[in-house]
Formats: sequence, C-alpha cells, structure tokens
Amino acid sequence: MSGHLLLRRLVQAVPTLFGVSVVVFVLVRVVPGNPIAMMLPPGATLEDMERLRQAYGLDGSIVEQYVIWLGQALQGSFGTSISLRQDVLELVLGRLPATLELAVFATAMAIAVGVLAATTGVLFRGRWPETVIDAVNGFTLAVPDFIWALALILVFGVLLPVLPISGRVDPRLGTEFATGFYLTEALVSARFTVVGDLLAHMIMPAIALALPLAAIITRVLKNSLAEAMVQDYVMIARVKGFSRWRIIWVEALRNASIPALTLTGVQFTFLVGGTVLVEKIFSYPGIGNMAIDAVINRDLPLIQGLILSFAVIFIVVNLLVDLSYGWLNPRLRS
Amino acid sequence: MSAILDIRDLRVTLRRGGHLVRDVSLSVNAGEVHGLVGESGAGKTMIARAVLGILPDAVKVSGGKIGFRGDDLLQLAPKRFRALLGREIALIPQDPLTGLNPARRISAQMTDMLRHHLGQSRQEARANALRLLQEVQIRDAGQVLDRYPHELSGGMRQRVLIAIAFSAEPSLIVADEPTTALDVTVQKQILRLIRQMQERHGTAVLFVTHDLGVVAKVCHQVTVLHTGQVVEQGGIAEIMSTGAAPFTRALMGATPRYDQPADALHPVPAHIHRELLAAARRFDEANP
Amino acid sequence: MTGARLNWRIAVGGGALLALAVIAILAPVLAPVDPLEQDLFLELLPPWWQADADPTRALGADSLGRDVLSRLIHAARPALTVAVVAGVLTMLLGTALGLLAGYMGGMVDVLISRLVDIWTSFPPVLLAIMLVALIGTGLHSVIIAIVLIDWTRFCRVVRSETLAQTQMEYIDAAVIGGLKRGVILFREVLPNVLPLVIVLLTLEMSIAIIVEAILSFVGLSVSSDSPTWGGMIAEGRQVIHQAWWVMAFPMGLILIAVLALNLLGDGLKTALDPVLRR
Ligand SMILES: Nc1ncnc2c1ncn2[C@@H]1O[C@H](COP(=O)(O)OP(=O)(O)OP(=O)(O)O)[C@@H](O)[C@H]1O
Ligand SMILES: [Mg+2]
Repeated sequence: MSGHLLLRRLVQAVPTLFGVSVVVFVLVRVVPGNPIAMMLPPGATLEDMERLRQAYGLDGSIVEQYVIWLGQALQGSFGTSISLRQDVLELVLGRLPATLELAVFATAMAIAVGVLAATTGVLFRGRWPETVIDAVNGFTLAVPDFIWALALILVFGVLLPVLPISGRVDPRLGTEFATGFYLTEALVSARFTVVGDLLAHMIMPAIALALPLAAIITRVLKNSLAEAMVQDYVMIARVKGFSRWRIIWVEALRNASIPALTLTGVQFTFLVGGTVLVEKIFSYPGIGNMAIDAVINRDLPLIQGLILSFAVIFIVVNLLVDLSYGWLNPRLRS
Repeated sequence: MSAILDIRDLRVTLRRGGHLVRDVSLSVNAGEVHGLVGESGAGKTMIARAVLGILPDAVKVSGGKIGFRGDDLLQLAPKRFRALLGREIALIPQDPLTGLNPARRISAQMTDMLRHHLGQSRQEARANALRLLQEVQIRDAGQVLDRYPHELSGGMRQRVLIAIAFSAEPSLIVADEPTTALDVTVQKQILRLIRQMQERHGTAVLFVTHDLGVVAKVCHQVTVLHTGQVVEQGGIAEIMSTGAAPFTRALMGATPRYDQPADALHPVPAHIHRELLAAARRFDEANP
Repeated sequence: MTGARLNWRIAVGGGALLALAVIAILAPVLAPVDPLEQDLFLELLPPWWQADADPTRALGADSLGRDVLSRLIHAARPALTVAVVAGVLTMLLGTALGLLAGYMGGMVDVLISRLVDIWTSFPPVLLAIMLVALIGTGLHSVIIAIVLIDWTRFCRVVRSETLAQTQMEYIDAAVIGGLKRGVILFREVLPNVLPLVIVLLTLEMSIAIIVEAILSFVGLSVSSDSPTWGGMIAEGRQVIHQAWWVMAFPMGLILIAVLALNLLGDGLKTALDPVLRR
C-alpha cells in the first residue's frame, strides 16, 4: 500500500512546487531595485549593464524569464549566484547537508524532550511535577528561538565558556570530509573525537531550535494523552494489572501521538525557518545562514534556489508525516 | 461455601459531597454468578469499579471493606493490588468497541498479560492466546490473532475481551453489562459463552445488569439495588418467586424483554420510587 | 477562585507593558545622555557593579563608547511602535478577511482559505527577511512585512469563530427579524469574536517585537545608527567576549516585553472567555 500512497503524494507535490516556484519568481522580480546596478563597479556603462542582464537572463518579459528559468531549473541549472559568482545548485548542495543534520538533530531532540515531558506530566497528573512541567512549558512557549540562541551563547559560550559559539567543526582538528554530512560521516567512520567536536558545535543551535518545538509537542501530546487515559482500553489495561507508566507508554502514547505528529509536521516549517536566524547567530555554515546573506545582497538566483530547497524539505517532511500516520493508526492503512 | 468476594458496608461518595453507594454488603461465592441489578444510576458500576480500584477521580470509597480471599482490597498496597488485577480479578467491560486498543494487534493485547503475570515466553503466550480464542469459539483464531480490533465485529471483540478476562484463570470476574452494547442475537450467544466459561473454569462472577430477565438466565444469587441501597438480596429462585419486594416485582415488569413486544414495558410506580428515595434521604441525614 | 490569579496575570503583564510604554514615550527625558554620542574613551565600559565603572554610564558603554542605558531607553520606541502599529494593522486586516470568509461563505471563503494555506506554507522568518529586503529597510517596511505575513493568524481564528457564531440560533433570530447582513455582522458577530481577537492581539504584539528585533539584528530595520534592541544585540554579539553586557541588557528587555504580553494575553483569555469565567 505504501508504495501507492508514496506515488500519489509525490504527484501531489508537483503543483505545490510549481506554485512555490511561480510565487518566488514573481515576488523577486516584481519589486523595485536593480541588483545588476549593484554588481557593477562605479563608472560602468549602460552597455555593460545590458550585457550583464543578458548574462543573468534578466532581459525579456517576466513570462519569458520564467519559462527560461524553469526550463533550466528542470535540468538542474538554477543560474549563477550574483554575489558569490558560483553555480547556485553547487552552492546550495554544498551547504544543505549542514542544515539537514542540524534540523534532524534538533527535531529528534525536540521529540525526545517533548515526549518525556508530556508522559511525565501525565504520570504525575494533579501533583507538583505536573505543575512544574506546565510552568516551564508556558515559559518556553513564550520565548522565541532567537532569544534562546543568544541566551545559550551568553551562558555556555561566554559566562561559563564550555562550548564553542560559532562554526561547525574546529579547523584545528584538520579533518577532511568526503561528503557534506560531517556528523554522519564521522559516526560511520568511528572518528569519535570529531563526532564530539561536531556535537559540541551543534548542541547549542540545536537546543535553540528544539526548545520551542519541544514545548509545543509537550502541550499537545499532554492533552491528547490525558484524553487517551480515560478511554476504555486504558481502563482494561489498568485492570490487567499494568503500572501507570507502562500504560502511558504502551497503550496511550501511540494513539495520542497523531495530533502531536500533525503539529510537528506543521511546526517543522518554523524549525527550518528558525535555522535561518540560528545559523546566522552561531555562524553555522548552512543554507539558512546563506539565505540571509543572499537576501541582504539581493542575490536573486541564489534566493530562488534556497527557497525552492526549503520548499522541497517541507514537502519531504510532510510526506514522512503522512506515511507515519499509517504506522500509528492501523485503521488508516487499508 | 466460601466467599471469594465479601463486600461489607461499602460506601462510595462524591468528593464534593453526596453518597452514590450507601453501605452495601454482598458476597460472591466461589464458582457462583452473583447478579447486581438496578435501574440506571443505581450505583452498580460504582460498586464494580470500587472492587477493581478504578473509580472515577471525582469519586472515592468513604467506608466499608472489600474482602477478597482474606485481604481487604481497600487496604492493599498499590503494588500488591496490581499483582492481583488481571491475575486474580478480571473485568469484562460493557463496550467491546472501545475496550480494545485500536493501535495494537489482538495478539499483543492477549499475550501481554500472560507474559506479565504468568511469566510466559512469547511463544508460550501466543499458543495460549490461540487456545483461548478457540475456547471462546472464534473461527480462524490464528488469523484473528494478527488482526487489529477494527477488523473484527462487535461480537468477536467481546469474545476476545472474554478470552482476555479468563486468560490468567482468575478466581473472580467482574462483568459490567457485558451484553448491553451488542445486537440482540449476539447478546444471547455471549451470555451463554460467559456462563459456559464460568462453569468450566469455576470462576466467580459479579454480573452487573439492569435486566432481570438476564439475571434469571445466568445468575445464582441476586442483589437488587436502588439509589445505592440494597433493596433485596438472595437466591435466584426466591427472588423470582412471588415473595419478592414490590420494587423487584415492578422491575421485573419494567424490564424490556426481547421475547416480548416493547409496549409490555411498565414503569416502576411512582410511590415505590418515592419510598426508596425517602430511605436514601434518611440515610444521608444520618450519615452526612 | 480564578479571580485572584487572573488579576495577577493582567496586573503584572499590563504593569510591565505600561512601564515600557512610559519609558518609550518619555525616552528623551529619561535617557541620561544622547544615545548617539560616541566617546571613545568609554569604549566597552562595564556596568556599575564592576570595578572600573563610570557612575554616569550606569549600564556601561558599547564598542563605540555610546551609553548602553540611553540606547536601551531610546530603542524601546521603535520596538513598541512596531508592536502597536503592526499588531493593530495585522488585526484589522486578518479580522476583516476572516469575518468576510466566515460570513460570506462560498467562493469568497474558498478563495481566502486557499490564500491562507499558501501563505502559511512559507517559513515566516524567511518571508519577513525577504519582504524587507525587497521593499527596503526601515520601520515602515518592518511593519508592512509583519502585516503581510501574520494576517493569516487572525484570519484563520476569526473565520472559524464566525462560522461557529453564524450557526447559532440568535443569528437566525436576527435574520428573521429582518436585520441586514452587514448589520448582523457588526452588531451580532463582531462582539462575540472580539474577546478572541483581543487575546490574539497581545500575541501578535509580542511576535511583532520579536520580528522587529530579528530584522534589526540582521540589519534590515531602521538605519543602523539609531538604536534598536536587535541592533544592540548584533553589536554586542561582535564584542561578546570582551563585554557580554552589551548584548545581555537588550535581550533582557525583549524577554520582559514578550513575557509581559504573553502573561497579559493569558490573563485576558480567562477574563474575557465567558465559558472559562463561569
Ligand atoms: N464519573 C462520575 N463522576 C461523578 N458522578 C458519577 C460519575 N459516574 C457516575 N456518577 C454518578 O454515580 C451514580 C451511580 O452511577 P453508576 O454508573 O454506578 O450507575 P449504574 O447503576 O451503573 O447505571 P447504568 O445502568 O446507567 O450503568 C449516578 O447517579 C451517576 O450520576
Ligand atoms: Mg453502569
């Protein structure tokens, strides 16, 4: 069944991607401002400008420009970055693994923290641990990832300097990587000093990204767990003589995780959006960091490439979420 | 005959005040089916849940004792009580549609308790689950084990729940209206099944129902309940005879019977209700 | 029994906000020195409790020797301006579209709901940065960006609430009574949606403060020499090892503003919700 479903979802993703590409393309071109003029040295002539416009495909009507751009994009050519003067696809693919590793790590952390907090809260319903969890959660929900990132830098980077506050890996280690997936690669090749260093660099940005998501997961999951805990099948499990902790984990959690999962899928948009800023703050070399510079430099081809890759990430994540429904709820399988 | 379950002066009270069960005593003997009858709201479910230690949060036991094979369940440490649940005391619930976890296979829900209480291995437990499903007359038991609850009919699910209840050979089963949620034809089969299983395993059953017709078919002893008080108690033959209390007799008339048309339904006369309510009020005044 | 707690939330949250508003309005009076005045002799001066502090610079000075306290006070102005203006405009736009969609139904509803879906599939931070980069920097752009991005939040909630409200009996009674649709919208539906909208407004204001801080942190808000909390954080980030306080103080103020607004929102939610108040 899942092969069929996968195919259908992939087909459904095409119009979405097309829509995003049109919106991005139009949005970037409709607005005033002339990136070409910014690229030229002072004293350049109008002919110089025209030549450059042609070189970047910026002459012709907007529809023409889009068709040319789409045709090239489908062949994997997204043009050349105006500010970095390199192939956009190469630039994006070079940076993407760093962001993917960070986002996956942060999401895993958010899910682990959220599930643990929610189950503990439900286990101690009506007693002080639940009160503490609710209070901490309310605070965490109110504080944005931006502030978390800065607070972490301040506390663990400067006041108690235990963690590095910028970059992805200490260049003094002098390690060479064959791929962009440093952490995965280091784990697979069992270079544990490198793994430690990568984690030390990644932990603070990951926490900053994970905390808001963890707080939301906690709240939603705790509510749906509390709902599940009054269902008849939970009563049966209690009467079978199982402990409350086991009942929460074995009986209630799976049924309760569907609303939380839906939300995690939606909130992942915010997490990946958050990488833009968090990467900037930690000088972490991912596509988020690159996106800010691209926007500030009005680097149109690069902006388009980056936004499209964000869109692809969202589509893939939503696909994964859709597929996991079947695993969580057997009724949806057939 | 020895009592397996011996409830003495059980009082169940809302936490914000107000009695739901007013000093009820009843005992269930080994191998016997004890019917607990009464109208809706009489407190039958409260008594059943008090025995199983699963009263709703808004409600607490405020007096009496629940003797089970020499222990008072109300005084037992939570851990020791949990060791009895499922192993010595089991439940057949009212609604088979919601009683099984929709996310777990039947096999998982049947074997978890065998492994937990009896320490059986995975294979042993599965073999026993298979045998139990056959015993509750489920066809293709091997396939059913690998199904999810939503793939089974209501009657099948109730059979599974009965199999689970009997699986650890408990000495007491509490059945709270185990047939109310089922089709009339299925009801009869399930009643017969419960009675068969109970006889074969020698299990004592506290059988909750609002249907005196059902009581007449499956029970040895009866307790008739109204507003949380015992109206009448005794062997099935005595109660069903003409010597029964006015309320019981009225209840017999009021019971919807599948072998009679619906218009044969007589409500319990108002003056009988009034008397029983007055008794409840007197109890509440004496025990604030 | 909720009375005491609700008052506590509204009092603390509202009080803190009021204090910030007073600081912003009276900034020229309250600030001890000119926030733009540079004094290179005071470069990275520590705050008062540290050894070589200067009593005229209570919270120290930044890397250009500008007074941190004065800059903090002046920076409250853009932050609160954006919070109020962007918050209210977002509310107006989102509520109007939400009422329209929920009340008109049909094609209008489909169109607006589709738009909301497309809108929310973009990561908001990226959208904000992109918009500001395209329409140019400055307070106006920040406000426009926030309104353009966040109207969906109001629209979604108001739409579903309006749908729920229009299904209720008293609307039928009003329709039978012969009230015009527009009149019903304003007389019957709006007052019922209002409590929710007010709670959302406090949330939106806290988001606006954060977005302003983010954009000024990235250097896309007001021109770089006039002080903003986000800009101060960005400057402080450069000298974090020598003078951590330059970054810490504006962070603290953002945190206070955001928490105050959240507290106020929570308090109002319980105070205004007739069901919860019961
Ligand atoms: N969760 C609860 N919280 C508070 N009161 C309850 C709760 N459940 C039931 N009650 C009250 O307890 C009383 C006894 O209810 P109980 O469920 O024991 O009745 P019953 O005899 O089982 O009736 P039925 O035939 O409808 O199942 C009723 O008056 C009911 O209103
Ligand atoms: Mg009941």
